[in-house]
Amino acid sequence: MGLAILYDSTMCIGCRECEKACAARWKLPYNDKIAAEEQISAHKLTAIQTHGERYSRRLCMHCADPTCASVCPVGAFTKTALGPVVYDQTKCIGCRYCMLACPFQVPTYQWTSRLPIVRKCDMCYERVSHGKPTACAEACPTGATISGDRDQLIQEARRRINEKPGQYYARIYGVEEVGGTSTLFLSAVPFGQLGIPTNLPKTPLPMLTWRVLSRTPDIASIAGVLLGGVYWITHRRELVAAEEGKDKPKGVRK
Amino acid sequence: MKAALGRLTLWRVLFALIMFGGLCGLYVRGMYGLGGSTNLTDRFPWGLWKGFNVLTGIGLGAGGFTIAATVHIFNLKRYKPILRIALLTAFLGYSLMAVALMIDIGQPQRIWHPIVMWNEHSVLFEVAWCVMLYLTVLSLEFAPAVCERFRWRAVLKFVRMISAPVVIFGVVLSTLHQSSLGTLFLIVPEKLYGLWYTPLLPVLFFVSAVCAGLAMVIFASWQSHNALGKQVPAALLEGVARVLTVMLLFYLAIRFVDLFRRDAERLLVVNRMETWLFGLETALLAVPMLLLLRPRNRANPAALYLCSLMVLFGFVANRLNVSITGLEASQATHYIPRWPEVMITLSLISIGFAVFRMAALHLPLFVETVHAEEPEAELVAV
Ligand code: SF4
Ligand code: SF4
Repeated sequence: MGLAILYDSTMCIGCRECEKACAARWKLPYNDKIAAEEQISAHKLTAIQTHGERYSRRLCMHCADPTCASVCPVGAFTKTALGPVVYDQTKCIGCRYCMLACPFQVPTYQWTSRLPIVRKCDMCYERVSHGKPTACAEACPTGATISGDRDQLIQEARRRINEKPGQYYARIYGVEEVGGTSTLFLSAVPFGQLGIPTNLPKTPLPMLTWRVLSRTPDIASIAGVLLGGVYWITHRRELVAAEEGKDKPKGVRK
Repeated sequence: MKAALGRLTLWRVLFALIMFGGLCGLYVRGMYGLGGSTNLTDRFPWGLWKGFNVLTGIGLGAGGFTIAATVHIFNLKRYKPILRIALLTAFLGYSLMAVALMIDIGQPQRIWHPIVMWNEHSVLFEVAWCVMLYLTVLSLEFAPAVCERFRWRAVLKFVRMISAPVVIFGVVLSTLHQSSLGTLFLIVPEKLYGLWYTPLLPVLFFVSAVCAGLAMVIFASWQSHNALGKQVPAALLEGVARVLTVMLLFYLAIRFVDLFRRDAERLLVVNRMETWLFGLETALLAVPMLLLLRPRNRANPAALYLCSLMVLFGFVANRLNVSITGLEASQATHYIPRWPEVMITLSLISIGFAVFRMAALHLPLFVETVHAEEPEAELVAV
């Protein structure tokens, strides 16, 4: 399933070099005030959060079957074969359904702009398509964030858990969540304690709407035929009556 | 007479004030963007404009397709006198919704994008298409009233000729998008509170839209009668009320059976805001249903009006609960619309009332249509 990012919370020292590199890569301002913001937003596409003495990181999960891509009426999001989920700002009409729907609350909006666009991490699509690591992975001094092939990263994560079982909560977040994601998390404590959603199903969310939506042609044709039928029946009586005029109807009508 | 004049003036002052507020709101929206004019945030991206103007606007327009189907498809001609009122409310509901949508979305100049940029996996894409097509259908359905007024014979003849397939198409489109508005929220299982999230959302949205549409027809008939002295036969409204009662019963039955099947009824005893809002929404639908069960109430215009009003409020409450309040807990936010959101919404409602009044005054909306359209039956039937 292509490339992925692995963030290992146990190795994170909270230096926020990833945030800084991300801001530079997007040409966004970065200063102490912005560094102190712990939520992602249109001017901060990844954020380090402090949960007690532990750290957690927010960024797009690059879902295998992305909710954002499924809900967008104009198809502004695409899951690339390479792994990243990318956004085409020239298509976006600004309905913000993606923001409502994303289970990780990732797409953010330029609320103060007059013609705003959605912003989210794109796993440094430009860089990774040229074989480079993501800006955050390159900047990370401890190796808490690394990028690379998803299968290899999962193996690496398993290795870490097996090597130091005492240090890790024995699960890799993102292997199964909403059908799998290309951002993976490791942690010392259950993921809920790091503010990472744990109430998500293992099936991709787009299934929920597609199950209904895929029936549209059936519903439309059945309804059309039924209504046409009803129309024919109700109006045929009229027609028959009109044609037969004063002759007694031949008992067709009740 | 004087009292009537006084009322009118008061109403006009109020209208002017609301419109002024709306214009100010629009200015703020234009100058300072969505951030400056709304209380929306990254965690709470849909607010009053989506929840009320779009969801409710479309829902209240459901009377159009319901009555059109009754008259044209089921051939119950006696309902013809209210057909145009129903179509007019639908047309207004949808047009105002479109305006509201233009104000709500971030890139209104790209509103046409769904026409050429397709994503058939998106519920919103389907809704966009259905609504676009249905607005066309509505114009065609309502065209006879305008044509008659301006005596455009040829256009009238053409419009009547294609009326049967157009009406059928309209009903199909309405069925699809009314239910799809519910499907929109199927994508947020972990965000929408358990009293509202159910796989049956599309069905519930469809049935409740039919209820709201019928209530809207009663409400609009009463309005036009009250304001313009044009009488809609009481027997007709009684008939509509009877259907409304059955639909409400049906809706509440599905609603509660579904709650119990999902074991969500345990949420009904939890003392939190959602429970009370659910109670409010349900009461606003259940009370009129119970009242309307009595024939005496259905025959009483005032009672009928009151009941239709309750249903409308119940419907609005339901849509707001699904799209706003039901999402607040999971998002750990409390959304209260900012004044431009409120003023623009109020302005749109007022414009709706004003245009309805004007149309009722100047277009042949009422009973005389029964005779004028006699030949249509033959034309279509051939
Ligand atoms: S995390 Fe959200 S924005 Fe990122 S791919 Fe998944 S659904 Fe899309
Ligand atoms: S806001 Fe833009 S990207 Fe998001 S769903 Fe709407 S059109 Fe698509």
